[in-house]
Amino acid sequence: MALLEVRDLGISFGGLRAVDEVNIQIEKGALVGLIGPNGAGKTTVFNMLTGVYRPTDGAIRLDGENVVGKKPYEINKMGIARTFQNIRLFGRLSVLDNVMLGFHNDVTYSLPTSLSHLGSYRKKEKQMQAKAMEILKVFDLDGQCDYKAANLPYGKQRKLEIARALATEPKLLLLDEPAAGMNPNETAELMQTIEVVRKQFDVTVLLIEHDMKLVSGICEYLYVLNFGRLLAEGTPSAVLSDPEVITAYLGD
Amino acid sequence: MSMIKNLWKKRRDSVIAFGIVIVAYIAIQIMSMTGSLSYSMKGMLVPICAYIVMAVSLNLTVGILGELSLGHAGFMSVGAFTGIVVTTLLANIVPWDGLRLAIAMVVAAAAAAVVGVIVGVPVLRLSGDYLAIVTLAACEIIKSLVNVLYVGLDGKGLHISLIEQSFALEEGGKMIINGPIGVSGIDKISTFTAGCVLILVTLFVILNLINSRHGRAIMAVRDNKIAADSIGISTTRYKLLAFVISAAFAGMAGTLYAMNYSTVTAAKFDFNLSILVLVFVVLGGLGNIWGSVIAAALLTVLPELLRALNFSDYRMLIYAILLIALMLFNNSALKQRLLERKRAQKSAKTEGEVA
Repeated sequence: MALLEVRDLGISFGGLRAVDEVNIQIEKGALVGLIGPNGAGKTTVFNMLTGVYRPTDGAIRLDGENVVGKKPYEINKMGIARTFQNIRLFGRLSVLDNVMLGFHNDVTYSLPTSLSHLGSYRKKEKQMQAKAMEILKVFDLDGQCDYKAANLPYGKQRKLEIARALATEPKLLLLDEPAAGMNPNETAELMQTIEVVRKQFDVTVLLIEHDMKLVSGICEYLYVLNFGRLLAEGTPSAVLSDPEVITAYLGD
Repeated sequence: MSMIKNLWKKRRDSVIAFGIVIVAYIAIQIMSMTGSLSYSMKGMLVPICAYIVMAVSLNLTVGILGELSLGHAGFMSVGAFTGIVVTTLLANIVPWDGLRLAIAMVVAAAAAAVVGVIVGVPVLRLSGDYLAIVTLAACEIIKSLVNVLYVGLDGKGLHISLIEQSFALEEGGKMIINGPIGVSGIDKISTFTAGCVLILVTLFVILNLINSRHGRAIMAVRDNKIAADSIGISTTRYKLLAFVISAAFAGMAGTLYAMNYSTVTAAKFDFNLSILVLVFVVLGGLGNIWGSVIAAALLTVLPELLRALNFSDYRMLIYAILLIALMLFNNSALKQRLLERKRAQKSAKTEGEVA
């Protein structure tokens, strides 16, 4: 059984059919890309997968469990974590706090413990800090753990977002344009990081990307979206030489 | 390892801060015993404590949760009148005033928390200006309800009625809350010591909350709701949690405040009081708990101090000018520069420690 199964997914905003009849199947451990021109509905698909929008048609199943209709925080608990196209960090909190928040539902203690700092407070906090530092090390952010997240340089903010998502220990990680706004060096570094993360954290990845180099470099399978519909799917080399895909990207 | 050291450092900082509150308490007690405090100043000690607790608890909603509430006085009102009823009921059962006040505060906190949930569940679906306006309305509703609330006590027990006094009391019975006339003949059991204990408890609980997983979740909701949701944090739950804890402490402050006067009416806990507390919070700095403490204390004392210094004609003028000056300072480049210098010194020091 596939880890993620999306069947006939569709959503309408008033009269606008933003996404229609999208079918996606992702096997466990795969690294899959979702590409398409601007406005094709890629982020809308992500928003439906994570419960930000409720699809009007179709079904989404993670490991056989229904996702449609669940609240975003419930979907995260089921095992889907994501990053955002326009970075969404907890800007006034420290880098460490951002990642520790990812462990919010993993390392827990009760409200009375929070209010009194008695009992398991110190043990659990240390445990959470240690886990968070481990992830920060993978992203080479451990040196800046007490910076405010908003004060990090752009490329590191993107990395921190991935680190925070991974802290929730997801089965499926959705990356929305992870390389947006990065220079070629940063992009190359990010490609490596994604590879490392995927192996080390044993996570399945679906990413939206415009950077063709990144997509063809690391993705094993691609889905191409155009005007809300699937235009093509297959291996990167097959998809990127497909005349229809080239037309969608470059025009006639 | 530096993180664990940070945990220690945080603890040390708060121990020092608590020490300052206790030292201030002892100093004021000595001044009061040696008679160097004026009569009017003495009368202000308990209200100052109540305002500090109000400001600190409102800061939890406005600074830490990041939602503007204009109805904090409403919860104070609930706490005040609940406290009055409870202390009257316990008058013969619990002879020691301190314990009676403490029990009253706990019940008041619970009552204010319940009202906090009732108001919070619908209100917290909104955000920004809309939330602010609805909290204002909630405060007015509470005021209007208390204004027509009649509570009496006699041999048969407690009588409660809204709109008008629809019950007759037995002989020897006592009206506790008398509609718009409010409460009179209150047993004044609030003391400065009780106020300081309440401040310490409030600071202890709220500072602990901020440095915990629940507090972090509340601040995550403030900084980015969608991101908080995306990592498994229920935004509604943590918004409500912050709002209700904030309301509970306002309730305790209400009891402390009410038990310091011989008469209390519903009209006392109005929009103006909500705004006054909000001014303390904003001037002390959003999210800055100790700033709230200092702002509440200074801004309450200031008008009296100016009166004592023979500025009585101009005291409100000077007060207003100081408010404006403080606001300008809070947003000024000068403050930024001072903060940066302090930060630079701090980081130089920590680098020195590492080396």
